[in-house]
Amino acid sequence: MTASVITFTSGKGGVGKTTTTANVAVALALLGKKVVCIDGDIGLRNLDLVLGLENRIVYDVVDVVEGRCRLRQAMIRDKRLPELYLIPAAQTRDKNALSPSDMVRLCDELRPEFDFICIDSPAGIERGFRNAIAPADQVVVVTNPEVSAVRDADRVVGLVEAEEKGPARLILNRVNPAMVKRNEMLSPEDVLELLAIDLLGIVPEDENVIISTNRGQPIALNGKTRAGEAFHNIARRLNGENVPLMKLDDRQDFFSKLARMMRSGGS
Amino acid sequence: MAGWLDWLMGQRNKSADQAKERLKLVLINDRTDLSPAQMEQLKNDLLAVIERYIAIDPARVHITMSQEGREHRLLADIPLKPAPRKR
Repeated sequence: MTASVITFTSGKGGVGKTTTTANVAVALALLGKKVVCIDGDIGLRNLDLVLGLENRIVYDVVDVVEGRCRLRQAMIRDKRLPELYLIPAAQTRDKNALSPSDMVRLCDELRPEFDFICIDSPAGIERGFRNAIAPADQVVVVTNPEVSAVRDADRVVGLVEAEEKGPARLILNRVNPAMVKRNEMLSPEDVLELLAIDLLGIVPEDENVIISTNRGQPIALNGKTRAGEAFHNIARRLNGENVPLMKLDDRQDFFSKLARMMRSGGS
Repeated sequence: MAGWLDWLMGQRNKSADQAKERLKLVLINDRTDLSPAQMEQLKNDLLAVIERYIAIDPARVHITMSQEGREHRLLADIPLKPAPRKR
């Protein structure tokens, strides 16, 4: 077994990186994969909270790198799933406590034991971002159909390319199909045309995401919601399956057009 | 018919179209690290150099940025003035 390292990043904060990382990791674990998540947001950790594992933290990733504990001791196992682990971020340190080479070494140690290593990058394009993409085999850029989020996503796509970690793939999060239909929200096609990268998935806006995050139960755990289904589809695509884009309400023709775009490589 | 045309015009001016147009321009600036003012300067410099050699028709000059995937291309369409015959 040698894990694929997937880094989720966005440039802009608040687009749903942590939620996406948590739910894709959960969905991969539900596929029977052995998965470990690493929270790369030193000083502003949240992946623990979104996964509902915040009460079980003893050691964190900085403790591992600085040799205060063994790697195993910092890995929290999610008891709801067969094989999902979290390595939390340090909360009282800053992002300079880690270096890109620390992250590469950490992932190299984890690789033989896992199928997937999911890294939640912090917002921004400085040290924390560089730490998060250094060990990546694939980079997933998360964005929303909003001008500021798309602009920042484009910056990040360029930086990922410059670091030779590309081509990044896109998750378009919080799409409101009714607004897209009224032409008051950028459509997935618009965003793909602007960014000129391949699409990994579209997640519809869904209030169940907030409800499930309130409870510390990632929405992908009980897959009967639109967003939960979208995260499961993304996980299956990362696992190499060819999964068509789901139909969102009455946008059937529109989304099947997109499905064709995906099959032809997104552009 | 007129109503349908109005509807079509309205659709074209919805906020999503504005977002897309604005983003197109700003992404070109971001990717090329060239501000609109610098772009304007580039056009002027480019035309000045060409004008040292041949007469051009400045009113019909088109210099634009085209995008293909994540690659950009500076396109210059510079019509020349017919050279005056000296003989």
